[in-house]
Amino acid sequence: MKIDRRKFLKLAGCTGIGLGLTAADVFKDKAEASSGHSNVSTAAVRLAMVVDLRKLQTAEDYQRIVDACNKIHNIPTLIPEKEDIKHEIKWIWNDTYGHAFPDQQNYYHPEAFKQKLFPLLCNHCDKPPCVRVCPTKATFKRPDGIVQQDMHRCIGCRFCMAACPYGSRSFNFVDPRPYIKDYNAEYPTRTMGVVEKCTFCSERLEKGEQPACTEASNGALTFGNLNDPESDVRKILKSNYSLQRKPELGTMPSVFYVIGGEEYAG
Amino acid sequence: MLDKALKGGKKYWTLVIILAAMSGVGVLTYLQQLKYGLGITGMSRDVSWGFYISQFTFLVGVAASAVMLVIPYYLHHFKKFSKMVILGEFLAVAAVTMCMLFIFVDMGQPMRIMNVFLYPTPNSILFWDATVLSGYLLLNITIGWATLHAEKKGTAPASWVKPLIYLSIPWAVSIHTVTAFLYAGLPGRHFWLTAIMAARFLASAFSGGPALLIILALIVRKNTQFDPGKEPIQALAKIVTYAMIANVFFILLEVFTAFYSNIPGHMHAFDYLFAGIDGHAKLVPLMWTSVICAIISLFLLIPYQFREKESLLIIACVTTFISLWIDKGFGLVIGGFVPNHFGTVTEYWPTAKESLITLGIWSIGFLVLTILYKVAISVREELGTAKSSDH
Repeated sequence: MKIDRRKFLKLAGCTGIGLGLTAADVFKDKAEASSGHSNVSTAAVRLAMVVDLRKLQTAEDYQRIVDACNKIHNIPTLIPEKEDIKHEIKWIWNDTYGHAFPDQQNYYHPEAFKQKLFPLLCNHCDKPPCVRVCPTKATFKRPDGIVQQDMHRCIGCRFCMAACPYGSRSFNFVDPRPYIKDYNAEYPTRTMGVVEKCTFCSERLEKGEQPACTEASNGALTFGNLNDPESDVRKILKSNYSLQRKPELGTMPSVFYVIGGEEYAG
Repeated sequence: MLDKALKGGKKYWTLVIILAAMSGVGVLTYLQQLKYGLGITGMSRDVSWGFYISQFTFLVGVAASAVMLVIPYYLHHFKKFSKMVILGEFLAVAAVTMCMLFIFVDMGQPMRIMNVFLYPTPNSILFWDATVLSGYLLLNITIGWATLHAEKKGTAPASWVKPLIYLSIPWAVSIHTVTAFLYAGLPGRHFWLTAIMAARFLASAFSGGPALLIILALIVRKNTQFDPGKEPIQALAKIVTYAMIANVFFILLEVFTAFYSNIPGHMHAFDYLFAGIDGHAKLVPLMWTSVICAIISLFLLIPYQFREKESLLIIACVTTFISLWIDKGFGLVIGGFVPNHFGTVTEYWPTAKESLITLGIWSIGFLVLTILYKVAISVREELGTAKSSDH
């Protein structure tokens, strides 16, 4: 086939337009995928937790949850020194709305609501800043969405603590072992100089059990697959108004809070 | 050439022994930290970085400032800097050494530090910082040593030195940009989450570093035959002046955005640093000292009649250095952590042991600097080129 200049230019033009369109398609897909609003994880499993505050009423309700976690995971209790609180280790703890949601304050919240405690823990973010900054991949996101910590690789640089916007990470400033009250031989203790946090009880999930806090919560905490429309967590989220901590930061937390409403009136 | 460091007068050895002793105290205290953990410091769950990381941040700036001599000398053929360039390069070596030591002592598990290179993680800025810092140390020690060696033998430096010198220029900018990115990319830390962070870092580096270099050059001139001449000192003073103006301007930009927007998260760190929050005001006196020092330094630097008098220039350089050391070597890191993510205040103050370790590292750095400067100056004293010709 003889190709003259005119034909060649035509052909080249068509190819160019074709390539351009294809490229545009690629970028369009990319753009949609990376816009924070539509970008929900499409993995088969994304483990998540819903905290229903209506089901947490007494001080015992709250304490039971924290105790269950502390005991199973060999969390050291307060260190008997002056500055102990500074070296506190906590995986799940309770704090007020004002502290849990400092950017969503309202002077006119009902007093009962201001006093209400929220169980706080690692949010196992879909876009975890701690994983992004870790220089050794000691903290990483598993395919099921759990943000895990490798205590044997962690160099203790604490970049993850600077990056976590939820204050969910604790550092072993001293050797934690002398401060473990009831030692649980089933779970490893940690060495000094490493960072640790909630693991959604990955060791219990392997055995087909629920996270310890969920089990101890009498139904106030629900755990499940956020990406399964039929899961319990999705059912609760479908029929209730819920909050996430600091959603504006784009971390996509996997812990949700159902706050209820009428019960604070008074 | 290192043998030059072994032959010195009484003054030299006194200085070396004092610095070595202070380094020794630092090392011994560090051994305690190694045994007991970072619990001996003032750091906490809320303020998880303290003195060590802030000194590191400040010293990266000092290291980067060598480029303020390298650019005029090698790119603009500003020959007046010929005597000074080596001082800048060796200061960079000492500063990067301190940076690395500060990172090392800040690690909870220092024995595992090579994990950073065993499991390279390009999405982590700390990985890049470790990489560019190591590279910068190698560049400066190689360039400084090779050029000095050539000078000693009375030849031109080997042809491979020039490309390394050119490479060191963007590399210097990179170490401080990457260090700024450690902070400027963290969601929820409003005080750090600012696009101007790297620019601020560079401005403060290019004023603080040369200010220190002027002080060092004047000390060296007083105690040895070395004399860089008046003009290079004045040229450096101009650099300090304009960089300090830029630095103060950048900080004022931050203040405007925080307070005009009236967004609480953006104002809180400034409130804490300059006024205190709910009676928590440990850093307030320091931060105001920084402001006053900045005002004094600008007052002495901007009118050329003042900065041309060396007696006033030295005051200007000392106040510049103090102002920037407080601002970047203390306030910047701590301010980012206070108030914490729950809106409450946990204060930080370094403990005595933490301060001894910090002082120990500064001593090691200055010991390295003393030895390197001794070698450089001895070489020139022997060649009879220690004095500038413009006298």
